[in-house]
Amino acid sequence: MKRVNAVVIGAGAAGGIVAKELSVAGLSVVLLERGKWYTANDCHKDDLRNQRTTVLGNAFGPEDEGNPRVWVDAKGIARTVLPSEGSYQNNAACVGGGTLSYGAQAWRYLPQDFRMKSTYGAPAGSSLEDWPISYNDLEPFYEKAEYEIGISGDYSGTPFHGPRKRPLPMPPLPPGREFGILEPAAKRLGLHPFHIPMARNSIPYNGRGPCMRCRWCVGFACEVDAKNGSQNTVIPIALNTGNCELRTECMAKEILTDDRGRARGVSYFDENGHLQEQLSDIVIVSGCATESARLLLNSKSRLFPDGLGNRHDQVGRNLQGHHYTGAVGFFDFETYDDVGPGATIAISDYNHGTPGLCGGGMLANEFIRLPIHMIDRLPANTPRWGLGHKQAMRHWHKRTIVIMGPTQQIPTAEGRVTLDPTVKDKWGLPVVRFLGNVHPHTFEIGEVQAKRAQAWLKEAGAVDTSLMSYKAEMVSAGQHQAGTCRMGNDPQCSVVNKNCQIHDVDNLFVIDSSVHVTNGGFNPVLTIMAIAYFASDALVRNWKGTGFRS
Amino acid sequence: MSTSRKTGHLTRRQFVAAGALGSAAIATGCAPGKQGNWEFLSEGQARTLAAICDQIVPADDFPSASQAGVLNYIDRQLVRHFRNHQDDYRNGLEQVQAMSRKRFGQDLELLSQPQQLAIVSELSEQDRTFFELVRDHTMEGYYGSPRHGGNRDAVSWRMLGLPEPPPLGRSQYDLGKGSPS
Repeated sequence: MKRVNAVVIGAGAAGGIVAKELSVAGLSVVLLERGKWYTANDCHKDDLRNQRTTVLGNAFGPEDEGNPRVWVDAKGIARTVLPSEGSYQNNAACVGGGTLSYGAQAWRYLPQDFRMKSTYGAPAGSSLEDWPISYNDLEPFYEKAEYEIGISGDYSGTPFHGPRKRPLPMPPLPPGREFGILEPAAKRLGLHPFHIPMARNSIPYNGRGPCMRCRWCVGFACEVDAKNGSQNTVIPIALNTGNCELRTECMAKEILTDDRGRARGVSYFDENGHLQEQLSDIVIVSGCATESARLLLNSKSRLFPDGLGNRHDQVGRNLQGHHYTGAVGFFDFETYDDVGPGATIAISDYNHGTPGLCGGGMLANEFIRLPIHMIDRLPANTPRWGLGHKQAMRHWHKRTIVIMGPTQQIPTAEGRVTLDPTVKDKWGLPVVRFLGNVHPHTFEIGEVQAKRAQAWLKEAGAVDTSLMSYKAEMVSAGQHQAGTCRMGNDPQCSVVNKNCQIHDVDNLFVIDSSVHVTNGGFNPVLTIMAIAYFASDALVRNWKGTGFRS
Repeated sequence: MSTSRKTGHLTRRQFVAAGALGSAAIATGCAPGKQGNWEFLSEGQARTLAAICDQIVPADDFPSASQAGVLNYIDRQLVRHFRNHQDDYRNGLEQVQAMSRKRFGQDLELLSQPQQLAIVSELSEQDRTFFELVRDHTMEGYYGSPRHGGNRDAVSWRMLGLPEPPPLGRSQYDLGKGSPS
């Protein structure tokens, strides 16, 4: 197989951008993806089989057969779990990764989110740390992501955002009924509501049309391709350069190293299950926080007996997602307008600045609901079955608003991805084994956030509310998984430097959410994309012909 | 129990299932001697299950679970995504019949509505695991996508006042009956 300049492993939010940036700069690139390439035609509007409701499996991978993981609970009991189960902490496995079927909230983190330790100090038992880069370092790349991927929204209603040079490239979609109910209520509470930034066309953009406002949004591939992910933006550009080859259904086995300890390529199983080797000058791992860590840990050799980048036992640690809490409000009038995407209004007033709390998170109204989402979200005294349940569904389905948000997690070194000693996937590779729990302070913040959501709903006229607040006895990751290959200046307590380069292997990079030091109180995708542009920019600037200088 | 449009539909489904699942589907769904319209359930099991499901989502001015095709959904998935629950259903349904005969001397489906409700309530307390399984599957079949055999003609969506089919411009492609996954 012909040697190339770069192999990128994983065609998700970050990998797609890296492949595009490198191939546009003239490097030859092979982009490996373990899943398939789906399109708008694969939407299917299937309420029971998508990436959010998975009772009949994941629509966009991985499939339940042959892809187990192991989760060790708080009592130390190990369980083998399948991709359609919540404790699997799944993110989609397909071209576009999570960006094919996500809700597409596209937030910038706040300046404080990059300085969590300086701002708050690290709570006991946590591994809270500052990033080695600042909001200002990322700002031009946030902007690049907003314009190349295509983001709609309007920040003008809130003072709680970092400095920005240009407005978003698209206006927000016209507000729905919930916006009209929640906006005046938030203002009466002295809050600053505004239009959620979304990777979703509100007007024609990038050659594709706007959102048709249907009911099947988060968890689905957009039927009219109005949702913007790497699969319909940067990856086609990469392929059009002629410098990038996308190989789907290819599962990376290990990163190959030479006897000087540099990466020399990747071995992978192709779509027929045959083992292949792709040699390259540089290797970029973009498999998402769980799978990137797993690949590094599975890449063992004489020089790297504990896996690549893992000389100081840092790979896989600090795993974090988001702790979602909020409230359901029940109204004596119709709140539901059957106009997607539903999620339209947010506040960032509570991300920082509450005495006694290390951060917080944004709060927003939930995406448009499907009936299946409501069966366990009815008022607290509703029977779980029988005529009472059926009539409650009829009464409340259109009279409900959900507000919730991603509480920024306090990371711990013990919340981590390791390799399971016995369980293997269908390729015979050791699978992810999750250890640890969420730091208890995260639950305290989440509880406060839930009560804030409840107060907002009550101000908006809710006649009844129920809190969505809980203490999960497991590590948190899911679609927002991050942190397992932390970025830092000190090789002893981080995995990559600020350019996403593994500390002791100069031609090996991890570019995805794994490098997030902390994960903000927002959906992480735009930050993943901004970092991909930032790291690609450094990589291209340092690229010297067929070699690489750090 | 509505079986009017089942025959032709199922023949095609059995054909697809046999192709997709090979010998496993033939062994369970189309076993010799099984006369009925179901891929997994026997006719007797189907009657018992229908009685349970119809207590979970009873009829009012909109159809009950079984009238809306929930049994199609559960039966179809018992040889697909719910394969691991085959024994749960076999044993659970047997247990319900035992409860019914012991308390009222008859099979569940022959009891009066209040008696059926009493048995299903008893089940929900005595075997929470099985009851919750059936409860969840019933809700999925009733409120989920019609493409999987339940929620016939999107009846639950229309019950909730949701426009069905969606307004012009909210559906790029035909909502058609795609092949079950």
